[in-house]
Amino acid sequence: MLRTTRTLRNAAAALAVLLLSGATAFAQDASGKLVIVTSFPKDLTTAFQQAFQKAHPQVTVEILNRNTNAGVKYLQETASNNGVDLFWASAPDAFEVLKSAKLLQPYKPKVEGIPEKVGAYPVNDPEGMYSGFAASGYGIMWNTRYMKANDLPAPKEWADLTKPAYYDHVAISAPSRSGTTHLTIETILQGEGWEKGWRTNKEMAGNYRTITERSFGVPDGVNSGAFGVGIVIDFFALSSQASGFPVEFVYPTVTTIVPANIGVVKNAPNKAAAETFVDFLLSPKGQEVLLEPAIRRLPVNPATYEKAPAGYPNPFKDKSLGAQVNFDVEVSQARYNVVDALFDQLITFQLDDLKAATKAIQQGEAALAKKPNDKAKALLAEARDLVAAMPVTAEQAADPQLAGAFTVERKSAKDAVPERQAQVEQKWAAFAKENYAAARKKADEAMALVR
Amino acid sequence: MTSLALTRDRIARVRPGPALAALLIAAFLLLFLVVPVVQVIFVAFQDKTTGAFTLVNFADFFRNDLFMRSFGNSVYVSAMSVVVASLLALPLAYLTTRFEFRGAVLIQSLGIIPLIMPPFIGAVAMQLLFGRNGSVNLLLRDHFGFSIPFMEGLNGVIFVQSIHYFPFILINLSASLKNIDRAMEESAQNLGCHGFRLFRRIVFPLAMPGYVAGASLVFIKVFDDLGTPLLLNVNDMLAPQAYLRISSIGIADPMGYVISVVLIACSLLALWVSALAMRGKDYATVQRGGGGLARRRMKPLELVAAYAVVLLILVLVLAPHIGLGLLSFATIWSFSPLPDAFTLKHYHTVFTESGQYITNTLLYASLAALLDVVIGTAIAYLVLRTKLPGRQWLDYVAMAALAVPGVVLGIGYLRSFYGVPMPFSGQPLSNFWLILVFALAIRRLPYALRACTAALQQVSSSLEEAAENLGATKLRTVGRIVVPLMSGGILAGFVTSFATAAVELSATIMLVHSQSDAPLAYGLYVYMQSAAGRGPGAALGIFAVIIVGLGTYLSHVVIERGRRERGQDH
Repeated sequence: MLRTTRTLRNAAAALAVLLLSGATAFAQDASGKLVIVTSFPKDLTTAFQQAFQKAHPQVTVEILNRNTNAGVKYLQETASNNGVDLFWASAPDAFEVLKSAKLLQPYKPKVEGIPEKVGAYPVNDPEGMYSGFAASGYGIMWNTRYMKANDLPAPKEWADLTKPAYYDHVAISAPSRSGTTHLTIETILQGEGWEKGWRTNKEMAGNYRTITERSFGVPDGVNSGAFGVGIVIDFFALSSQASGFPVEFVYPTVTTIVPANIGVVKNAPNKAAAETFVDFLLSPKGQEVLLEPAIRRLPVNPATYEKAPAGYPNPFKDKSLGAQVNFDVEVSQARYNVVDALFDQLITFQLDDLKAATKAIQQGEAALAKKPNDKAKALLAEARDLVAAMPVTAEQAADPQLAGAFTVERKSAKDAVPERQAQVEQKWAAFAKENYAAARKKADEAMALVR
Repeated sequence: MTSLALTRDRIARVRPGPALAALLIAAFLLLFLVVPVVQVIFVAFQDKTTGAFTLVNFADFFRNDLFMRSFGNSVYVSAMSVVVASLLALPLAYLTTRFEFRGAVLIQSLGIIPLIMPPFIGAVAMQLLFGRNGSVNLLLRDHFGFSIPFMEGLNGVIFVQSIHYFPFILINLSASLKNIDRAMEESAQNLGCHGFRLFRRIVFPLAMPGYVAGASLVFIKVFDDLGTPLLLNVNDMLAPQAYLRISSIGIADPMGYVISVVLIACSLLALWVSALAMRGKDYATVQRGGGGLARRRMKPLELVAAYAVVLLILVLVLAPHIGLGLLSFATIWSFSPLPDAFTLKHYHTVFTESGQYITNTLLYASLAALLDVVIGTAIAYLVLRTKLPGRQWLDYVAMAALAVPGVVLGIGYLRSFYGVPMPFSGQPLSNFWLILVFALAIRRLPYALRACTAALQQVSSSLEEAAENLGATKLRTVGRIVVPLMSGGILAGFVTSFATAAVELSATIMLVHSQSDAPLAYGLYVYMQSAAGRGPGAALGIFAVIIVGLGTYLSHVVIERGRRERGQDH
């Protein structure tokens, strides 16, 4: 036991030393330290960190890597004693959340020559709470080896992915998990309209191999060949290509070019350094970093494209890129949670049933093509309608009463109590399950007629 | 009157030493486990609009098809994982402890490596080897025209989980087997019991504490684990549902916490059942001269068969790491059985960029594991050897940590300690790296605790009584008799805690506040977010595996030497 006490005493002494050294370490680097919370990959952050420190050696940049949701949560939880200077991430929606929680402060960058809009999307927040520094578009990425082995044609449009050839070959990340995917889904909904957009989304979903939990899960799976086709944001595909993976990428006609952003956090301990960093990002030197092979994002400064390699997409020149959809941020904002929950309940968590129905319909249609039959045709059309049916209309989705089920603000006693989220979700899930089963039955009936 | 007398009698029997230890541990658990978790999960019992207490959220849980399906899947996957893990662990443990087996220590050490499956890359490596278009299936399809769905849906989860967690059974079972008194076996043999019957009737029942400890850990761990199902994109299980709710819908959504409460309740239930199975049985053996089973020499044919079995199992359980190794040397590995070419540049990248991660990890994981075995031994002793009222609750509360999702603990720590400024610097307490150590210690305490409890169950209390009769104080008895006799179990606990703490991510990711304080798991996470980072990430993962594997091997060597010096192994 004597031994144990001695070890304990030693441990206590060691602990005290550690405590003290930890404390002094904190005191020393308090000045000139710039803390950035970001969801960007190391390739991007390290390149900017090095370039920035070369230009401003007196500032030490400290990068904290978190996924977008965790980053937002971290800022919310630590707001009482904030130690973060900048929030740096892709999804504009995350910045909207921070903005409405009053966790950002306005800053107008000093750099000249940045256009108002990229594609149809404003580059900067109108109130100046955050600024766009790079643009990204959504599209389709595929593994050329996989496509060759499975004899698949290269897709061009979202609608291509609804074709039976792609059954079980496509992947996406869940919009509730990935801000970028949410924007893709919302873009399709705004581009094609609520009903038609969901139909496209569900017909594509019928071909999904899997729905990943992280946005990076999709390019990762395409890179390794776990699945052939992925719905991704452009830089995932472009940087994979630059790293040597056998992958290709295309922007469909219906896509949105959206800026990736940076914003100064409210009560930033090192506001001056934070603002210097924002200006650096937008300066010609900073914008050029975006062209590096491992990063490959679209600069918001049109002048930088002159230095870009041949074939680099340029949203300021190529007017078809992202111009077709006039992305309405307010519409998106009003139904943000509802769209996520709908996707999860109708697609993510019912994927097996949805795929079974889709398979039955695709087989029925293949047989019908060989042996025409009006009744079978009608049955299959009904089956498709059942799959596409939505439990809520566009108006209902935007209704604050429904959105209330997904928010947490305490209502006053007078307000009508919204349904609980779990109740709403159970209703939607049951709706989907029933419809998919009915669709499958109808498709099987049609199959019996044309077999 | 009688009851009062009884109480007084009970109080009189409480010694100050154990009581103080119990109070300290209770305070630690309260401060670093109960308070932070309660700070978060009370939402489960709250009406979302009014904030009043309610159970309606639980009713919603049981009315929801998705949650019920997830519940069923979780139970099924956990039970099947225990079965498969037992199939992997039993032969390894039995062959290496029961027979003269060359390389037994090496096999035991290699057998622990699967526990160190670094986050993200483990699943990536498994997909590359066993996935639908992994090496095995690509080769099968090319040459034989069929493929095996190892990794499809729940199969994949069971496959990966049993490989990942079978060391819990291996470690605890081996420790138990080694502690069985040789005399027991010899008596059975003298009475004419041999071969499989000897194993079934004598050896295995005597090793039950270790097996049950390991199996219950596997069950609970699989039940609560979210990393593997998430990475395999299986989300209709309970733990992923909780995580998805909390991290995507928001911190104030009640359902995520309802699921967490259900997880905690189920884990406690599983523990209670395993304790029930062990109740009323005495596994302690008095005689310590023999020290472990007699090791038999095998006939040549048996030896070949045994090596074949061991080799097969090792190849299977080390597959993720073999894949990881290939990945760390690969240039591009895409839709092909093997990488296109090999390179050393990923290791160069890691060497130049990530040294800090490795030293941090060593510091954090060893401090956390040390804390775990100290607390684990103390709780085991308090529960099994004292009559302190409420001592069982220390065990239950510590074990409940197993079921607390890492995200919940992380958020709880931020809530509890962010507002507390540290002395001298005024920085928030939650930014202090020692908080990360405490989080790791709390999360891995259950492993150490189970191992220590199993070890103490095999030590007969008559040995302590003998020591005390000879005039040793209680403290001296614990220090000189109990702890040395438990050393195998304590080591097992240290190794499991250390190895798993070294790759913990879910609480870490919430608590890391600066890169210079970040551990390896965080570094891996950062690498694995980009296409170019996959190789360096795998290389960093290999470092993690080597460090922990080496640590394990060294501690085995030390323990074996200790045994020999004490003359227990001849």
